[in-house]
Amino acid sequence: MHMADALLSPAVGGTMWAATAGTIAYCSRQVKKEPDDSRVPLMGVLAAFIFAAQMINFTIPGTGSSGHLGGGMILAILLGPEAAFLAMASVLTVQALFFADGGLLALGCNIFNLGFFPCFIGYPLIYRKIVGASPSEKRIFSAALISALIGLQLGAFGVVLETVTSGISELPFKTFVLLMQSIHLAIGTVEGLVTAAVVLFVLKARPEILQYAATDHTYGWLSMNKVLTGLLVATLVTGGALSWFASTRPDGLEWALSEVTGRQEVAAPGHGIQALLAGIQNKSAFLSGYEFAQAEKVSGPEGGAEDWPAVDAGTTVSGMVGGFITLALAAAIGLLLKRRTRIEAT
Amino acid sequence: MSRIETAFFEIGSLDTLANRDSFIHRLDPRAKLVTTLVYILCVVSFDKYQLSALLPFLVFPVVLLAAGHLPVNFLLNKLLIIAPFAILIGIFNPLFDRQIVIHIGSLDISGGWLSFISILLKFTLTISAALILIATTSFSGVCLALEKLGAPRVFVLQLLFLHRYLFVLVDEGARLVRARALRSFNGKGTGMTVYGQLVGQLLLRTIDRAQRIHQAMCCRGFSGEIHLLRSFSFGIREIFFTFGWCTVFIFLRAGNVSQVLGKVLLELVR
Repeated sequence: MHMADALLSPAVGGTMWAATAGTIAYCSRQVKKEPDDSRVPLMGVLAAFIFAAQMINFTIPGTGSSGHLGGGMILAILLGPEAAFLAMASVLTVQALFFADGGLLALGCNIFNLGFFPCFIGYPLIYRKIVGASPSEKRIFSAALISALIGLQLGAFGVVLETVTSGISELPFKTFVLLMQSIHLAIGTVEGLVTAAVVLFVLKARPEILQYAATDHTYGWLSMNKVLTGLLVATLVTGGALSWFASTRPDGLEWALSEVTGRQEVAAPGHGIQALLAGIQNKSAFLSGYEFAQAEKVSGPEGGAEDWPAVDAGTTVSGMVGGFITLALAAAIGLLLKRRTRIEAT
Repeated sequence: MSRIETAFFEIGSLDTLANRDSFIHRLDPRAKLVTTLVYILCVVSFDKYQLSALLPFLVFPVVLLAAGHLPVNFLLNKLLIIAPFAILIGIFNPLFDRQIVIHIGSLDISGGWLSFISILLKFTLTISAALILIATTSFSGVCLALEKLGAPRVFVLQLLFLHRYLFVLVDEGARLVRARALRSFNGKGTGMTVYGQLVGQLLLRTIDRAQRIHQAMCCRGFSGEIHLLRSFSFGIREIFFTFGWCTVFIFLRAGNVSQVLGKVLLELVR
């Protein structure tokens, strides 16, 4: 389940490392602000606990095979999102260095897939909403199950995206997605059940631990940083993966044009200012038609509708690049406007 | 031996290797960390059909193994253990990519097989580099190097604490597992309810232990600020090591040395 270096391209690995490093920096700052210094040894020792717990196997009823705990959700429940992310990151680092479980470049991807989704999506958005301030057995059970399931599904989807955008493995997107998501449905269910089992034990034996953990976090966690990060991730996903599903059929305007003039685009005049601007545009567009310029096209079925989804590295990259440029433009416009309003206010 | 006891041995053995003495061991950890990262980036940046250009990159692990006086067995053992995962990941390539790319005599080789072997090679190279890094620089060395290179202190502290208490907790977990195994008469595996209680017990003991650790730290004068003692020196040897190896990697990446050597040999033979 951990990604390997051999399947990653430097671009994808580097991007995910940047995302992970940013999240680690953010979480470190948040943990430093905590007034309670017993946090630091607690984080360290709980990380060691998760490591040890991962080494203990249990048998899955019905199949006879053995499984082991992932641990992201338990850490999030006991420590809160930021500290749990750091703890999970440290566990994965040790695994990568000592057990060669995922490479050093893939460590960025693995920390993001296995740490970000349970700690920042599964815990605050699902577990806390279901459990609220009054943990009861039924609520904890369902909350743990659902949040573990969703966290693992998102993590598995992350692996699929990273592998396919790297382009080294030959697995087609559809097969890979179906395979990964279905396997992780089962794994997620088991993880949820085991998490619930451990948390329920703690609830019965020492409920004050859960109470302390639940009330220890400030509710002002929804900061602008998180919202922006969320939007960025959503943009990347939409631009990157969902662009493959963009229909290749002509859009409304092109259809109307083709009905009227018999062509899908208006023919441009070969001279004058339009030709000059068109020439400049041709030279500067390195992603014309939302695809990389193909030097030699691999011969395939010509004409008609292309394959859908049009999984193409060029489309993905142009989607992501477009997303980034859009975000940068939006940020620039926002900054400009901010400066303007401040001047006008004085 | 259960999985948890094997884990105990593996971490311990790598730490023992890191405490040896050799030219490589005495280098500043930052040099070794940066060189390994550049190596991994270079190896990973090859496209999926490259085979011959990857082979010269074996020089880095081989030279470090020799100069660091490391036993070759530990590396080979680890690689053999990881090999099934590598094969599992790469085996889909020959199935999906059947385009014939090269012909050797009467043998047609499809692109899928080429990329499969390329994946295995990349696997071997990157994993060897990471393992040799830890075997020549202890884990704490790598953590302190990270801190010097700019990683947030809280995260580095987290890593150091984890490493320190790993052995304690793995030992405790192993005792729990052994106790359960000795008390189970027909030897069936741990069911989920028992697992929940076992791990839950371990968790409660862990939380108590964390309290005692914090109290011990306070007794010894802990007031919230942690100070790290680092005795590093980045000298001329480290500069030569880092720049020398990085130049070699970039040179090997830029041109296909195997092809050149092969051509020269064939010319000499003719």
